[in-house]
Parts: sequence; C-alpha cells; structure tokens
Amino acid sequence: MTPRRVNTESWPVRLLLCVLALGFLFFFLGLPLLSVFVEAFKQGFGPYFEALCDADTRSAITLTLVIAVMVLPLNILFGLSAAWAIARFDFRGKSLLITLIDLPFAVSPVVAGLLFILIFGRQGFLGDWLGAHDIKIIFALPGMVLATMFVTVPYIARELIPLMQAQGRDEEEAAVSLGASGLQMFWRVTLPNIKWGLLYGVILANARAMGEFGAVSVVSGHIRGMTNTLPLHVEILYNEYNSVGAFAAASVLALLALVTLVAKTIVEWRMAREIAMLSADLSIENPAVAAKS
Amino acid sequence: MQIHFRHAAAAVALLLGLAGAAQAEQKELLNVSYDVARDVFKDYNPRFITAWKAKTGETLQVKQSHGGSSKQVRAVADGLEADVVTMNQPTDVSFLADKGLVAKDWNKKFPNDASPYTSTMIFIVRKGNPKGIKDWPDLIRDGVTVTIPHPKNTGNGRNTYLAAWGWALRQPGGNDKTAAAYVGAFLRHVPAFAPAGRDATTNFIQRGQGDVLITFESEAELIAREFGHGGFDVVYPSQSLLTEFPVAVVDKVVDKHGTRKEAQAYLEYLWSKDGQENAAQNYLRPHDPEVFKKYADHFPPIKTFTVAEVFGSWEKAFTTHFKDGGSFDQIYQVK
Amino acid sequence: MTNSRKHRVLPGFGLSLGFALVYLSLLVLLPLAGLVAHGVHMSFADFWATATTPRTLASYRVTFGCALLAALVNAFFGLIVAWVLVRYDFPGKRFIDALVDLPFALPTAVAGITLTTLYANTGWVGSLLVPLGIQIAFKPAGIVVALIFIGIPFVVRTVQPVIEDIEQEIEEAAATLGATRWQTFRRVLFPALAPALLTGFTLAFSRAIGEYGSVIFIAGNMPMVSEITPLMIISKLEQYDTQGAIVLALVMLVISFVLLLAINLLQWYAANRHTQRHSERKPA
Repeated sequence: MTPRRVNTESWPVRLLLCVLALGFLFFFLGLPLLSVFVEAFKQGFGPYFEALCDADTRSAITLTLVIAVMVLPLNILFGLSAAWAIARFDFRGKSLLITLIDLPFAVSPVVAGLLFILIFGRQGFLGDWLGAHDIKIIFALPGMVLATMFVTVPYIARELIPLMQAQGRDEEEAAVSLGASGLQMFWRVTLPNIKWGLLYGVILANARAMGEFGAVSVVSGHIRGMTNTLPLHVEILYNEYNSVGAFAAASVLALLALVTLVAKTIVEWRMAREIAMLSADLSIENPAVAAKS
Repeated sequence: MQIHFRHAAAAVALLLGLAGAAQAEQKELLNVSYDVARDVFKDYNPRFITAWKAKTGETLQVKQSHGGSSKQVRAVADGLEADVVTMNQPTDVSFLADKGLVAKDWNKKFPNDASPYTSTMIFIVRKGNPKGIKDWPDLIRDGVTVTIPHPKNTGNGRNTYLAAWGWALRQPGGNDKTAAAYVGAFLRHVPAFAPAGRDATTNFIQRGQGDVLITFESEAELIAREFGHGGFDVVYPSQSLLTEFPVAVVDKVVDKHGTRKEAQAYLEYLWSKDGQENAAQNYLRPHDPEVFKKYADHFPPIKTFTVAEVFGSWEKAFTTHFKDGGSFDQIYQVK
Repeated sequence: MTNSRKHRVLPGFGLSLGFALVYLSLLVLLPLAGLVAHGVHMSFADFWATATTPRTLASYRVTFGCALLAALVNAFFGLIVAWVLVRYDFPGKRFIDALVDLPFALPTAVAGITLTTLYANTGWVGSLLVPLGIQIAFKPAGIVVALIFIGIPFVVRTVQPVIEDIEQEIEEAAATLGATRWQTFRRVLFPALAPALLTGFTLAFSRAIGEYGSVIFIAGNMPMVSEITPLMIISKLEQYDTQGAIVLALVMLVISFVLLLAINLLQWYAANRHTQRHSERKPA
C-alpha cells in the first residue's frame, strides 16, 4: 500500500515478527479450524450436506441467526452510549462502571444461565407470577436472547472505549463549537472515526452471540427443532455419536465467523471508492454512507 | 442499520408467534431425556404415534429434548414443561419428586421400578485384548490404565464407580473397607476424567487413552456404529451393575396441558411387545422374556446386581459416595 | 473536576450514561443482585466452609493461575499478531485476519474437542511433543492451551484499531530525530498502545476465569490437580446443590470483580498521568 518508509523494522525483525505471529495463529487457530473441516468431511461431501439438510440442524441455524439479529442492535446502542459517556466525559466511578461492563466476561457462562433461572425459573423470584400468566421466558426464545445479551454486553463497548480515548475529544469539540448538532457531530465526526473499532466490536459480538454455548445451554431446554441453537445442536449430535453431523454444524459456525471477512472487505472497498470519489470531487460530502452499509 | 435490524427482529418475532399459534392446535408431548436417548426414541416415537392413532384416532406429536441427565431434570424443576421424563439415573427422577412435580411413589407407577429396560456396565478393550483384561481385578494390575467419565458428575461415571464398588463388596470377605481399597486403587489407574461418557469414548478410541473403557453395554453398539465394528473387543466382567432407565409422568405439567392420558400411555407402551422390541434393537435389555430370547445374541449372559441390592437405595448410594465429602472425595483427600 | 465541567461542551452525557446504566442494571446488576440475595440463605460459617474446602482452594489456584498465564501469552503474541496484520503485507492476510475471530464463533465445546484431539499424545501436535517428554492434554498445560485459544481475539482486536489509528508521521518524526526503531517503539508506540493492550489483557484474563466449555475436555479434571472452579460449580449442580453452586459463583464473582477493578483503576491512573503530562505540555 504505502511505500516503505524509514519508520519500519529491519527485515530480520519483520521476519521474526511474522514467523511468531503466523506460527502462533497456525498452532492455536489454523489447526483447530482445519481439524473441524477434516472431521466434517471425514465421510465425504454427501454425508456432510445430508447432515446440514437435517431439519433439526436447519432450525438450529435459523434460531442462532434470529438470536444474533435480536441481540446485536441493542448491544451496538449500548456500546456506543457507554463508550461515549466513558471516553468523552470525566465522572466519578468511571473505573467502577468499566469494571461492571467487564464483569459478564468473568462470570462463568453456566452461572450466567443460572442467574436467569434464579429470576425467571419456576422456583425463581418471578416464577409464580410468570406461571400464573403463562408467560415463558426461560426454555424459550426470550430467555435465550437475554442470556446471549448478558454474555455479549462488554464486546462493543470495550472495543470502542480505548479507541475513543486514544483519539481524544478535540475533533468533536471543534464540530460542536462550529455549530454542529449532536446528531450531525455523531454522523460526520464520531462515527467515521470509530468505524473500524465499531466494526470489530460488531464482528466479535456477533461471533460470540452465535457461538455462545454455556449460558444458552442452561436456559434453552434443548427441545429439538425448537430451542436448540447451533452450538447446542453440535453438542447433542456429538454425544449421540454423530460426529460428522456435529462437525458439519460446527463448520457452519466457523464459516459464519469467516463471513465477517466478506463484510469487512466490502466495507473497506466502499471506503476506498469513496475516498477516491472525494478526492476527485471535493464537493461530494457524505462520509456516513460507508459506515451505514 | 439499526432500523433494518429492528424490522427484521419484529418480523421474526411475528413469524415465531404465528408458528406458535399454529402448533397449539395439535396435542403434543414433550419427552425430556438424557443425552444418548435419541436412538431409542427416534424409533419409538413413530411406533407409539401409530399405535395411539390406531387406538384412539388422535394424532399426537412428540417433541424431544436431550442433554445431561441431571441438567435436564434441573431444567424441568425450573419450568421446562416436560410431560414425561425418561432418564438414566433414578436420583434424577427422585429429585423431581422432591420438588413435587412427580408423584412421590413414582417408581411404583410402572412395573420394574419404572425402568422399562436395563443395561449393564461392561469393558471395552483394544482389538485382540493385548493386556488380557477379563475382570475387575485386572484393572488394577501394573501398567493398565482405565478411561472413564467423571465418577462424581456424570451418570455413566457414577454407574461405573458403583459397579466397581459393588463387585469388590461381593467378593468373599468383602466389606466397605476392602471395597474402598479396591476403588481407590482402581481410580489411581484412571489418568484423567472425561467430562461425559461420549468424551471418554473419544479419548479411548481416537486419542488412544487407556487400555480399558468402561461404559454401558448399550453404548458399545453406538461406538461400533460410529467407529466401525471390529475396531475393539467387548469384555463382560464376572459381575456388574444392572443400570436402570427410570421414566415418569410429570404430574404438574400434564395436568396443565391436559395430556395425562397420552403421557401415561406413552410410557406404558414402553412395556408393550413393540416397545420392548425397540429397546432390544437398541441393545437395551428388555424385561419381556420372549423379546429377550429373540434378541439373545445382543445380550451375552452376565451376573448383575442392582443398586438396591448392594447399596440399599440410589439415594443412599448417592449420599455415601458422590455428595461432597463422600467416599469419592475421601479417596482424593490430601494426606 | 473543574476540568470535567469544561468538557461538557460535548452533548449527550446524560443520555448516553443514562442508557448505559439502565442497560447494565437490567441485564447485569439485577441478575447479579439476585444471585447475592439467593446466596445468603446460609450462615457465614457454612458459606466459608463451602468456599474453602481443599479441593475448592486448589481449583481457585488452577483457574486463576492458568487464566493469568494464558492472558500473558495472549498479550505478548496478540500484540505481535495485531502489528503484523496492520503493518505488513503478505499473501492470505485477509483470511488470517478473519481467522482471528474464530474462537468466538466456534462453540466452546467444539474448540475443546478439537484442541484435545490435536494435543493428545496421538494428535497432530501432541505426537510431536511426546518425544520431548511434554504432555499437554489432560494436564494443567492443556487448560492453558484452551484458555489461550478462547482469548486470542481480545488482545488482537483491541490493539488492532489503535495501531491503525497511529499516524505514521509520529514515528517518522522520531526516526528523523535520531531514535532507533526500538527506542521509537518503547518511547512512542508502546505508550500509545499500552492502554489497549492492557484492556485486551484484562478481557482475555476475565474471559479465561469463567471459561468452562472448552477447558473440561482437555483438562483431565483430576481433583486437586486439574479441576477448574467452574467445574466445581457444575459438580455442585450435579448434586442438586444449587446453594453450594451459588456460593462458589459468588466467590469467583468477588475475586474477579476486585481484580478487574484493580486493573481498571491502574489504567485510569496511568491514563490520567499521561493526560496531565499532555496538558502540561500543551495547555488548552
């Protein structure tokens, strides 16, 4: 991309860093991914696609996507709010707030599920009331969405906070002092600045929302074709000695994670095109388009 | 972006709601079961549905839920609306009885302590049995390692533990002390505890861990289907534990759903010829002598003992051995 | 504090903080408060006895020790990976970039199963290590491997956007002023990356503390040696002992909270010193 400048490492250092980085990724990521696909295709393509066409597997894929779609918008909103408050203002108890945002990470997924059982379960705080009104929270979609929301709380916020802190507030202050409204400032200044961090956050939260096992497992009820998400379905297939089915389903999750690659590439490509257009015609002024896609 | 998502979510919620409404018309049962029960009920459900339709003209739908046995009953206690539970540990059903969801005398509601079929714990060894393992004492010989799932946290592991304990107790001169000594020695030959039965199998077959895998007789067939027949040998020890698969109607739920008649019939049918055959085809030992005879080649003779015979009851066995501070914990206490 | 008033020229403080607090309260604080309320149905002596049996104490050591080790490994390699992914070009870079998110999307059980297969003595990696006398699967080392796997994205993804944001002119300036590359890294780049790196480390660490699904397959789960606290919680639940499970969950929660708060305060303190020096140099 940019021509080599003075500010780069000497080639042995570059080589060493590359070898370290790629070696690390190979042993800890590449090989596991490879072995998922090896297991999934152990009996060839036929059984692989048969496994994916199974009605229970398809319903598990749908359910997983539905949960992700319901969780992400709220999480984005929360991440932006929390990061804005924390990175742009000073207030007492900021470290405490950040710690609270981190906390869902440290809560064991099993315990996270248990939390919602203690509230909404038959023997929980709201159990009697929910039972009397025949409202199902746990062992149904709402409970699974809640559990997923819980485990994904920190992702976007924690992605944005260090980035926004590093960027400082000068640009936004300038925009406001030039008379921009809050929304204008957000769309024209903040969002373009944080778009990469936001994108990474969304990618991470999305991957985690789709892959979450422990917490969802506790509140799901494991009803085949109804409340089994893809990760839960993987486990049950594996336990039934159907490892082709299990790893085929797992490979779908891996592919869904890799789909983010496509998303990122598209965003980058549109960005590049836009910059080209901007430099060609300075009167075009619409930096928010790329971020909205 | 956010607006798009919200629309999509609303649409999806609407769809789910409609689907829920459409399904409410048909009577349906939820059978909450342990994690390898699928093969049994995959074949059993259609058999029952056909028989029920022939008898009453009613079309039933049976939903299945599978997972770790204790985890499943906890979910039922917390509000998972199971019409029936079909488990692999009597303590799990007793837990539901304690919570008032299942009749206190649930094991008297059906024959054979409400266990429609049984199995037993057997040994799986490497092809040709290179270490010459024949019985329980061979497991504590030098250089023999054993693969089992966690004895405290899994049904499979608990059954194995009780089988080993029961065998030692029933030897000439056997008492609690000799049994504890044997089981202690036995556990020292287990280098790692798998989190579940399935993982113990993988450790043994695919990862070459251990000379012996101890598991349910019924699971040996599943292992063969997944990893190929003839990859290993099955060894029947001189004696082993008879394992039960208790079933129960969840009173609270069937009363709410109005499905008591169907739920009761669903479980009763497990004792019919048809139900017993289905069990035998899945390598679970049927109670019906005729069916047993027909599938005798699935079930080599073995002397078995029940938990009730050796330990008094499952509750007692559970408290003595698996509760915190029980015999399992004592074996691992730091000296 | 007078400083903060001035910065309130920016809009949306009340709205953003308010929404964030409501969201957090409903989703995190309320359920956790429920846990606390539930957990105190026993005397303190019983609570203490449950929380400090020798096996439980051993499991705290295993859990926090392995999590710390894994987070340190992740911080070191994560920084290098992020740097290489942002600054260097090589074929397949995009694919590798996407690969980094894999540990989140792959269900933890699948991760555990595949890692165990790879690192068992018969596995692709394990069989290479056997001649060296190293055994990873079914040992505490296996726990660290699993925790490294699940923590990879945190450091990489927190550091990456910050590296992308660094203006290379600063490095050029340093180089022009005669700094060696190492000096530039230590004096200019590292201070800029440190907060993000610490964040990534914290996240990887805290995620590792609670992790269950991927660890149990590879851990061996031997009492006193390779049992993690989440497994002890499961064990309690398998005994239908919800109270005991809640006790352990609370203990873990408190320890994690204190550790996280300490790290975040440290970071806040460091950042503040940084800003103060910054504002001394360039009074606004």
